[in-house]
Amino acid sequence: MSTKMTMTQKIIAAHCGRDSVQADEIVLAQIDLVLGNDITAPVAINEFDKAGISAVFDKDKIALVLDHFTPNKDIKAAEQSKKVREFARRHDITHFYDVGQVGIEHALLPEKGLVSAGDLIIGADSHTCTYGGLGAFSTGVGSTDMAAAMASGKVWLRVPRAIRVELTGQFPSHVSGKDLILHLIGRIGVDGALYQSLEFTGPGVANLTVDDRLCVCNMAIEAGAKNGIFPVDEQALEYIRAHGAQPPRVYAADPDAEYERVIRIDLSELSPTVAFPHLPENTRSIDEVAKDLAIDQVVIGSCTNGRLSDLIAAAEILKNRRIHPRVRCLIFPATQKIYLDAIRLGLFDIFVNAGCAVSTPTCGPCLGGHMGILAEGERCVATTNRNFVGRMGHPGSEVYLAGPAVAAASAVLGRVGSPDELPAIEED
Amino acid sequence: MICQGKALRYGNHVDTDVIIPARYLNTSDPKELAAHCMADIDPEFSQRLNPGDIIAAGYNFGCGSSREHAPLAIKTSGVSCVIAKSFARIFYRNSINIGLPIVVSDLDIQDGDQVSVDLNAGVLRNLTQGTEDTFPPFSPFLQEIIASGGLMKSLEDGKL
Ligand code: SF4
Repeated sequence: MSTKMTMTQKIIAAHCGRDSVQADEIVLAQIDLVLGNDITAPVAINEFDKAGISAVFDKDKIALVLDHFTPNKDIKAAEQSKKVREFARRHDITHFYDVGQVGIEHALLPEKGLVSAGDLIIGADSHTCTYGGLGAFSTGVGSTDMAAAMASGKVWLRVPRAIRVELTGQFPSHVSGKDLILHLIGRIGVDGALYQSLEFTGPGVANLTVDDRLCVCNMAIEAGAKNGIFPVDEQALEYIRAHGAQPPRVYAADPDAEYERVIRIDLSELSPTVAFPHLPENTRSIDEVAKDLAIDQVVIGSCTNGRLSDLIAAAEILKNRRIHPRVRCLIFPATQKIYLDAIRLGLFDIFVNAGCAVSTPTCGPCLGGHMGILAEGERCVATTNRNFVGRMGHPGSEVYLAGPAVAAASAVLGRVGSPDELPAIEED
Repeated sequence: MICQGKALRYGNHVDTDVIIPARYLNTSDPKELAAHCMADIDPEFSQRLNPGDIIAAGYNFGCGSSREHAPLAIKTSGVSCVIAKSFARIFYRNSINIGLPIVVSDLDIQDGDQVSVDLNAGVLRNLTQGTEDTFPPFSPFLQEIIASGGLMKSLEDGKL
């Protein structure tokens, strides 16, 4: 029987114990995991305690990740972390990650095997939509939603309509998932997918790595989307198995599922893309960028581009080169495992020799928290996901979003630029 | 329920980073958050605002970070209602969950206009310009959350 449902709608229906759901209806769904961090969880814990709730619904289905202002940036941040720590102990939360084990939440959860295909995951963090890269339905909610979900295991959802994004072809060199999603946001705008799912399909999907897919879904929210989602293929299944996640539940959209619109993208036609201040939709391909945009800082990391493949892409460019003397280049491996893998691969040698500072995993500069705040008038190229006014520091500073290849090349050039503009280096 | 006050007008894509910048997120105390409300878009906000006033904005209000601190700061500042041409989805659900009234409308509202919103009747009036608009009621499920006084209250009432 055909139900005309999108992939997202099928996952939601399954979590309501129903055969089908319809776009726009409001449902109460069972969750597989609820996530919070050191900024959003304290608000949720206040609500949880204020309501006089004594027990969590399932101590194995809550993830608490202290990643934003950690290692504690000041006394107030320390108090917030402490609140979460105490809550985690009191309720014996299985998946609690503190400094030393922590990673940036959206890189950490898939790595720890807490995400499987077909899961329904909510998180009090807007980039919770990342897990669509593995075929899960995941979306960002607020702290009160988190509190209610920790108590009841449920969340209210408006069933989203969807946009289908059909991918063909293969990336040229120095182009990655980041350029794809920036290109898409540039085309449809920061509210181009408001309340909707972005469902990626087509033969081009096979040419995206799991890291690319996680990166693409990570920024679905920057188009206003409720979630982004990829079909579950052998690559995704292999990732899920290798990370010891729950057995996958594979859903596919019905052939006659209804989409609000279809967008076609040929990956081979994409070029490195940069989003100018102060909205992720202000995109230009790198050859449209003037060659005199001097920069002060480069940040490589975050839940968007802090995975091992991103660090490798940056290291390939930074090897045997020096960061421009006017530029501070900060590198943030997203998790402890990525940090260690990067050391083992010799990437730290490359980074430090090039003049970069390498940090322990933290959200730090991405949200203008700590570890790399911008002064008035300063300009930064970042592999993060937001370039709003004041996002990385002073309201008069500027953030340019790009993939790791452009970010690394810009650090060397001292201006926004592409890897193709770098002079060749003598092999030693 | 009727909200009435002067409108403070903002443009499109007002994001939660300018509503409450991350540098103030090392606390979850609503009063402290309210003291920095709209800091990076309108430093005069708290001087300009009288209790009961209304925020009127363009498209995609509240986009960006999921921080509930944003609607909380707005609500605690004394804003009685936010009217926008559209809302970012997390801001929308956060507002419902904490009981901050929000209304979607295209009605022309300028900074300083006197506005009244009848939430039950679904009517929005610009008293300065003498114009009005209607808006559809929330779905029964959301009405129940709002009537209970927020999501946690409706959870306590055994409705989830
Ligand atoms: S890295 Fe940035 S976008 Fe990602 S979770 Fe941390 S603060 Fe949010």
